[in-house]
Amino acid sequence: MKKSLILGLALGLTFATGAFAADPLKIVYVGKNTGNPYFDSITGGFQDACKQLGCDFLFVAPATAEATSQIPIIEAQIQRGVNVIAIAPNSPDALDQVLDEARAKKILVLTVNGDIVGNETHRDANILPVDFTKTGPDQVELMGSMIGYKGEIAILSATTEAPDQNTWIAAMKDSLANNPKYKDMKLDTIVYGDDQPEKSTTEMEALLSNYPNLVGVISPTTVGVAAAAQVIQQRGIADKVHLTGLGLPSEMRDFIKDGTVKAFQLWSPYNEGWLAAYFADGVSKGTIKNEVGQKFDVPNLGTITIGDKNVMNTQAELTTFDASNIDKFNF
Amino acid sequence: MSALGNLFLRREAGILVMIVLFSIAVGIARPQFLTINEFRIVLLLIPLILIGAMGEMLVIVARHVDLSIGSTQALAAIITGMMFKFLPGVPWPVGFIVAIGVGAGLGFANGVLTTLFRLPSIIVTLGTLNLYRGLTFIVSNARQVDRQYIPSDLKAMSTGAVPWIIVIAIAIAILTYWFADHTRVGRQVYALGSNPVAAPLRGIRVNAVTLMVFSISGALAGLSGIMYASRWGFVNPSNTGSGFEFQVIAAVVIGGVSINGGVGSVLGVVFGVLLLGCVSAALPLLGIPGTAQSAIYGAVIIIALLIDRSVRQRGIRALAMQRARA
Amino acid sequence: MTDQTSATPVVTALDAATPRPRWQVILIRPETMTLILLVLAFVVSSLLSPYFLDINYILQSFTLTAEFSIVALVMTMIIIAGEIDLSPAANMALSACLFAWTFQATGSMPLALVVGIGAGVLMGVFNGLLVIGLQLPSIIVTIGTLTLYRGIAQIIAGDESIRLPEYFIGFNTWLIAGIPAPDLLFVVLSIGLGLVLGTTIYGRQIYQTGTNEIAAQHAGIRTRRLKMGLFITMGFVSAIAGIITASRLGSVRYDLGLGGELQMVLMAMLGGTYIFGGRGSILGTFLAAWLLSVISTGMTTANLLPATQLCVLGVLLIISIIATNFIYSRTQR
Repeated sequence: MKKSLILGLALGLTFATGAFAADPLKIVYVGKNTGNPYFDSITGGFQDACKQLGCDFLFVAPATAEATSQIPIIEAQIQRGVNVIAIAPNSPDALDQVLDEARAKKILVLTVNGDIVGNETHRDANILPVDFTKTGPDQVELMGSMIGYKGEIAILSATTEAPDQNTWIAAMKDSLANNPKYKDMKLDTIVYGDDQPEKSTTEMEALLSNYPNLVGVISPTTVGVAAAAQVIQQRGIADKVHLTGLGLPSEMRDFIKDGTVKAFQLWSPYNEGWLAAYFADGVSKGTIKNEVGQKFDVPNLGTITIGDKNVMNTQAELTTFDASNIDKFNF
Repeated sequence: MSALGNLFLRREAGILVMIVLFSIAVGIARPQFLTINEFRIVLLLIPLILIGAMGEMLVIVARHVDLSIGSTQALAAIITGMMFKFLPGVPWPVGFIVAIGVGAGLGFANGVLTTLFRLPSIIVTLGTLNLYRGLTFIVSNARQVDRQYIPSDLKAMSTGAVPWIIVIAIAIAILTYWFADHTRVGRQVYALGSNPVAAPLRGIRVNAVTLMVFSISGALAGLSGIMYASRWGFVNPSNTGSGFEFQVIAAVVIGGVSINGGVGSVLGVVFGVLLLGCVSAALPLLGIPGTAQSAIYGAVIIIALLIDRSVRQRGIRALAMQRARA
Repeated sequence: MTDQTSATPVVTALDAATPRPRWQVILIRPETMTLILLVLAFVVSSLLSPYFLDINYILQSFTLTAEFSIVALVMTMIIIAGEIDLSPAANMALSACLFAWTFQATGSMPLALVVGIGAGVLMGVFNGLLVIGLQLPSIIVTIGTLTLYRGIAQIIAGDESIRLPEYFIGFNTWLIAGIPAPDLLFVVLSIGLGLVLGTTIYGRQIYQTGTNEIAAQHAGIRTRRLKMGLFITMGFVSAIAGIITASRLGSVRYDLGLGGELQMVLMAMLGGTYIFGGRGSILGTFLAAWLLSVISTGMTTANLLPATQLCVLGVLLIISIIATNFIYSRTQR
């Protein structure tokens, strides 16, 4: 009898510990919308990291880039009992309630690639691609180097409300005004293409009409810079109007190769997904503490520091793409 | 017929006057608006809408409506784009055949549902609007067709002094005019829309004509799909064709086509498209934020409707006076 | 032996066809189709995902479309009366924008409410004047006003969101007897409007106007007044729905409810309302609202692509309209 009791206990223990060890971490990433190649890169990072870490990963996104369409998706994921919700928010505040609901159920909420500005208390941590305060000045410097630091330039942005765009533009204006290196460069205007290729194209064409002395355009949005490049290529004015911005290598490759665009910059969206997965895994296992000032190591990315307001940067500097390295990247 | 005919001419003239006045007004504020370059920009904005409007016009004249043209454009464009991507050996003009073929097929399906089941076309095409858009995502696996896969010869059609896409659009408009005014089948479309009950009594094969207008509308929407790829250089399952049906219907209504069918001219629709193109091109020049664009479009539609109504009132009164005198 | 029982009845002009059996009248109607689809949707959704069948979750998910559902009830009445109004979603947005903006500017909630709802009513009046006063086709007019209202909202709010005070946020989370407030509001309104449409003279008049406006006028019905009243009601209800949505989202943007008009028409159609007027019911729209909510919630919970959801919606609409037409044509005597 004693034997069977011990046997039963042993079996019970194995089952119990087995059950404890088994449950994989469930991560879901809610993109801005489907059909957007940028998020395919981030998803790639998540997927590869999860393969190594053994977590369950799912990517979902609404058909249109609206916050209201993200809400039912988040609620469904809460209902499905996921452990981590990573999201690229379509609005700074419309998601507050539903994210709070998630955190009340002990779900880790991360904003990836963008943040809910002004509402950071409604999420646990934020993962950004780079230090956004440096992006503006870096872009101005790249532009300057292409036009000999002299001439009229314009900015083709995305939507007027996008917080990341406004951060970069403010920094650009600051650089242009205060850095003596750029004293001969003048910012004519800022136009908004709403992240739509058609609108970006017509805004670019209007820029060329309205400002005949324009020598450079900075477009810190992948949609805008690709559309503007197309306009320049079609009109054959690449030596007169220089274009740079934040672009995806896959979309800009042809423009680099035929000389329409000399160089542009970006970061690696793939790395964002990678970092986010490792971070979520670490927090859930207790190996990473989600506190300002904490440092932790991630394979391939080195040491990551958790900054103010729980923000993490995936890499320190922007990557510059030009003819010499464009073929090395496949996103 | 003469009094009504004169009034009709006045209708198109009315839109033309609106275009001229608008251009002058904008030109005073921004002289660049009245340059050849700006005219080119306006012309480049409109070929897709013009092509779609020709098809939609026939449908509305027949007393139906096709709300699915945006999704048709998307589905045709994505299938053509994927052909370019995965079968690069195929000569690029085949893309035209594919796009038009797919569009015609989708339009034909609309026609079948409307005639076979006697369903109101507004609901059928509302359903296919969703269905075709969903299929666009599924077929493309929610991935866009990137710029490098669209043949550069195709993209070249949108460049140059007189871009090919504009030539094609004008050709389609002329073809539609010839079809609507100078062929028996074209006149049957008008007759059908003006009095669907009497039409079969006059020997018009209602089902055949209806199937035909929907197929034409779909085919032209498909053509606009490959032209989308030419103009913008890529195809995206969410963006392509989004809002297209709305712009087209707005242009058609502004152009004087009656929603009750039987009335409408190609020239009017062309002017309607031109007006909308001018308004679209003027906004960024005037520095009016995109945010005000919708309000302006809405106002333009309502003004066009009011003009339309006052013209019609005058027409009715003129006819009545004529009869009283006779 | 007498031939009374075997005599063939002589049908005179005054004899009517035998009335349809009562069970047919009750069961074979478009609403039944909607009910069957609803049950089917429940079953399929439960099979697709084990997380679906949770009554609180379903009720909570309904709040996401409750605002549109409420307006769809009035939309049904307008369609039955032979018109259509595609501007309510834009109305919701503009009313909500004015409401939020007034509150931001003055800090007075009562004033903001008055401005918001008043604006909605005004928009309804404007629609009514154009359609009834100037006799313009309602579908085009309301496409025009929908663009106009949305555009004005865009001008007022720009690309930014206007925040609402904390105490006003979260209407969808307020529970009354365990049921979320918007759901309850929808049920109450459905019952109310259903009674109006089904039992009052006003309701009868709406059906008659939709069936044949000229005949209704000859019968003494003030159709113009009736329709004007409907447009104004639509404006009023849209404004309230807009403010409720603002409370749910916590802030107001110009694109509030974008695309909502199509959803509302969808609900009316799925509920068996005839697009050309004269037929339809509140019960049908009520069931259709639940049907749409269940379908989208079920598909989202099962992680189906939005693309699939679009296809399903499209097919559903076509099937339901075929069935509705079929039922109506068969029940014609």
